[in-house]
Amino acid sequence: MFLTLSSKVFYIKVAIHLAAFLPLLNLYYLAFIDQLGADPVESVINFTGIGAFNLLLLSLSVSPLAKKFKQGYLLQVRRLLGVYAFVYALIHLFNFLAFDLQFAWSLFFNEVVKRPYITIGMLAFVLLTALAVTSINHLKRKMGKSWQQLHNVSYLIVMLVGVHFYWSVKSEIITPLFYLLLATILLGFRYKKLKKLCLSVFIRKKR
Amino acid sequence: MLIKIPKKSALTAADITDEAVYLQRRKLIKTMGFLGTGALLGSALSQTANAGFFGSDRANTTQFTTTPLSFTADKDNLSLLKTPEQKVISHNNFYEFGAQKHQPAELAQHFNVDPWQLTVSGECDHPITLDYDDLTSLFPLEERIYRLRCVEAWSMVIPWIGFSLAQLLQKVSPKSSAKYVVFQTLDDAKQMPGQDDRRLGGGITFPYVEGLRIDEAMNPLTLMSVGLYGKTLPPQNGAPIRLVVPWKYGFKSIKSIVSIKLVSKQPKTTWQQLAPNEYGFYANVNPKHDHPRWSQASERRITSGGLFARNRIETQPFNGYGEQVAHLYKGMDLSKFY
Repeated sequence: MFLTLSSKVFYIKVAIHLAAFLPLLNLYYLAFIDQLGADPVESVINFTGIGAFNLLLLSLSVSPLAKKFKQGYLLQVRRLLGVYAFVYALIHLFNFLAFDLQFAWSLFFNEVVKRPYITIGMLAFVLLTALAVTSINHLKRKMGKSWQQLHNVSYLIVMLVGVHFYWSVKSEIITPLFYLLLATILLGFRYKKLKKLCLSVFIRKKR
Repeated sequence: MLIKIPKKSALTAADITDEAVYLQRRKLIKTMGFLGTGALLGSALSQTANAGFFGSDRANTTQFTTTPLSFTADKDNLSLLKTPEQKVISHNNFYEFGAQKHQPAELAQHFNVDPWQLTVSGECDHPITLDYDDLTSLFPLEERIYRLRCVEAWSMVIPWIGFSLAQLLQKVSPKSSAKYVVFQTLDDAKQMPGQDDRRLGGGITFPYVEGLRIDEAMNPLTLMSVGLYGKTLPPQNGAPIRLVVPWKYGFKSIKSIVSIKLVSKQPKTTWQQLAPNEYGFYANVNPKHDHPRWSQASERRITSGGLFARNRIETQPFNGYGEQVAHLYKGMDLSKFY
């Protein structure tokens, strides 16, 4: 079956919507009726946290995949994946604040400042928010060259999220290490670009 | 023989989720999950990482059978709102059967507890070995409704059945050189899949070892538990016999014990060896001494109620048992001996 490029993009987008949104509906339905294990709070925090990381890794694998298989149209679904990563991260943070800490605001601010893994997670979230907000076409055009510069921050975000995950576990470090490895591989595809970025930052400082 | 009359606070059949429905819950999520974000990552990731975060397929369908016990009911703690039995037996930290909370209930159902041998030895005059039947027949059993505070800042209220460790220790006549008590979990990787799988076992060393100072061990609160909710322990909760030290974080309450040894020197315990800055030998519940990575000032009490249960409560020093145990630590700097 032959599909036009725009219908290919359309179907992939529909699939992403279904795959990212339906699990959330199911998750919260089960959590709401107390059928999500003994501690639904822990379950929803873990699910949305790992979901956000998965989506972030997916969005970063789009351009290497598109390049490798010469499927340029794939780039058109990257934004949707990135925005879903942000949505999952937002829900992840909301779960922590609303269901775990139950709006104990002072405890929330204390934890963000005092606990390095939460500080790092929060920093990643703030950066991700900036990317999500500037993903609107209108803003993207307006920002011109600086848009790309800002969105290069996604490489930093994925590493921050990796450290956040690694630091949050009690002792089972194999899963977070595996995620960090994946993130490193995805950054490896951008070796030249990252090298250039680092050099330009370094040179700018020297001047 | 003692006849057990159900308490007014006891859960009725209507309070309990039908098991068939309950057992389906992960399947639902898993199905959605595999169709979901995870599947998009490709087969490599779905085989490794997803097996963990959407649950694994190793669950067994046949359940371990527990049997009713005769015991004296705990009439002093009826005001405590108990954690539903289904939650007590499905939310467990027992890394021998997997480091995720739902795994022990799924992976431990074929655990064999009979025959069992528990040796009590070391610095004592009359070391003994208890067989499976001795565990429930050697001492009169009593119910103790205790709060259980996990170091991860959640808590439960559990009606345990058991006897005081002091009774068992008196039986072996400890020598004056016995200053500490060391406990060890069964070492059997054939039955406990976490013991030879680093990822499943959560990266701690096995066999699991815990310890108490002799006066902590002799405190009447310190319980050797053989059951909960009126029946023998399910394997995920530490069958056939486990320790319960209600004023300490849950990891002190070692499960499926095969050896209790009286020793003269303070032992190195499992979590203390793994991360001495995070987990101390004493591990007394202390809202003033934070875990380096999270606050211990409050906790979420797991009872019934789903996501919207307003269950965050202040953590009490010694988990609310200060009256019975605070004297054990007189003059000690509890921020140093955490």
